[in-house]
Amino acid sequence: MRPVLMEKVEELRGINSVKIKEASEAGQKVVGMYCVFSPQEIALAAGAIPVTLCGTKQEPIEDAEKELPRNLCPLIKSSYGFAITDKCPYFYFSDVLLAETTCDGKKKMYELMGKIKPMHVMNLPQTADGEQALAYWKDEVVRFKSFLEDKLGVEITEEKLRDAVKLANRERRALKKLHQLNAHKPAPLTGMDMMLAQWLKGFNVDKKAGIKLIEDLIIEIEERMLEGKYAFDESAPRILLTGVPIGSGSEKVLKILEEVGASVVALENCTGYKGLDVMVEEEKEPILAIAEKYLSTPCSCMSNNNRRLDLINRLAKEYQVDAVVDLTWQACHTYNIESFTVKKYVKDQLNLPFLQIETDYSDSDIGQIKVRVEAFLESFFETAK
Amino acid sequence: MYTIGIDIGSVASKAVTFDGEKVTSKIILPTGWSPKETGEKLLKILLEEKMIAREQVKTIIGTGYGRGSLSFIDKKVTEITCHGVGAYFLDPEVRTVIDIGGQDSKVIKLDCKGNVIDFLMNDKCAAGTGRFLQVMANSLEIDISDLSEVAQGDAPQKINSMCTVFAESEVVSLMAEGASKESIAAGLLQSVANRTYSLAGKVQVENKVYFSGGVSKNSLLKEYLGKKLGVEIYSSDMAQFIGAIGAAVIGYK
Repeated sequence: MRPVLMEKVEELRGINSVKIKEASEAGQKVVGMYCVFSPQEIALAAGAIPVTLCGTKQEPIEDAEKELPRNLCPLIKSSYGFAITDKCPYFYFSDVLLAETTCDGKKKMYELMGKIKPMHVMNLPQTADGEQALAYWKDEVVRFKSFLEDKLGVEITEEKLRDAVKLANRERRALKKLHQLNAHKPAPLTGMDMMLAQWLKGFNVDKKAGIKLIEDLIIEIEERMLEGKYAFDESAPRILLTGVPIGSGSEKVLKILEEVGASVVALENCTGYKGLDVMVEEEKEPILAIAEKYLSTPCSCMSNNNRRLDLINRLAKEYQVDAVVDLTWQACHTYNIESFTVKKYVKDQLNLPFLQIETDYSDSDIGQIKVRVEAFLESFFETAK
Repeated sequence: MYTIGIDIGSVASKAVTFDGEKVTSKIILPTGWSPKETGEKLLKILLEEKMIAREQVKTIIGTGYGRGSLSFIDKKVTEITCHGVGAYFLDPEVRTVIDIGGQDSKVIKLDCKGNVIDFLMNDKCAAGTGRFLQVMANSLEIDISDLSEVAQGDAPQKINSMCTVFAESEVVSLMAEGASKESIAAGLLQSVANRTYSLAGKVQVENKVYFSGGVSKNSLLKEYLGKKLGVEIYSSDMAQFIGAIGAAVIGYK
């Protein structure tokens, strides 16, 4: 049985696409973003609505491939396809776009997308380590602030930034607490519902209402836990899912894992826990604190990315994980290459079974993925046999 | 008391009976268009021709890509687990199973107790599978079962394309350039060996290596693969049945 409030969470999809229209028509500015490196606090402090843009569905890929190469990661193709076909309401109502140079594919795609709408590109350093990287990234945060002040004709004061930091931290704390509920054995929420709740927050037009809903959902789940209501039996293998971001439309592997009986308890990816691990320090000078928080994101685009291994280690212990599954998109070089490092780490250091699945958004390999996942569970868990 | 293992592959369906110690009978049929009917037919033949009463059968386990369509089985288990169990049953010294079937190629690693400790499968593509060889044999106008024999006749021609569609055009071009049928056939087998080598390279291949699946009947490919991997490769006349054997053995546990 699913928590009742999950239905409200799902309804956000429809509600938000109407709300974004209303807000835009009422004169509110909208800043469209793609990535967990995008500092939403700057947009909030500018009085604008930060929203995540669509990029998790197969549907617009065929249109994107008219201009982009086929052997490119599906996330990049889907994002671009949504933009050129005007099928994403959030893209349509965005006044400006924020992009970032996370990988070569995105960077070059953004050059094309920037011709459609005013776009600001934040240059990420190649490494998150060292004073130099931080100083560089801090400058980039300042540059984005100036861009928004100029484009939206507002002044972003320190006070507004501090308020924005508090609001975004409140949202992160709520989502983090929600995620941590699944550290309980057995997990109270399916990985599918967790993914939905975490992913849909990006589209929240009314942030405070969105936070409230998550806080209420937490209360409902805690009550259900007291009544002994859980999403899975205690015997279900507990999986940590790491790798590329997923959302509605690209949840294929997560869905298969749970269909064959596994309980996906931790989503280490950037649509899940990755961006919630670290808060923005509220006492510090806000620009520096924002720069530090975002730069600490353990993404495969960073060299090195040992922070990701550290995070996997912590989550594996905290969530009493039985196995790690690494999902990578075809043609995503950074995650595909890093998978070898993650595999070695998980098998040798954590002594846990590891499975990598490389795929795209299409349904064509569902049968094969199912065999792989079932065989993986059969190999390591007696209960699955 | 018997158990039955049924392995519905993309091209061939296999079934065996097992008495707890040995395989007592085996049959193979083309899967055809209906995995469900083929499965039922296999069961019927096993019971009737081998004169086994249904009550004598303890469990029936289904495996292979068509396992989901069998209504009469007690349980389904993936072909990865079944191939591992089947190979270990035939020879407990096996640590690596290389299986090339109609639409899959897989490499399975076993520990000393026969448990699967790692496995890899090909991508959603016919490259390096039996389907690849079937398509190529068709364009050479030879029967797939003759491929190995034909290929003995000449040194392998280099085939660059892994993709079945592109390789077919490459083969057509080679024929147009006057390359011998023998050399192309040998080149195709070499290409499948190379593809399997790169798949197997991702897990460390450990002795003893057992080659199974329909494609393992191809002796020259087995030789090429052994050379490429630098190990001796074992197979047997039961190689096509190890999925079904594994299923039957699991059923007895």
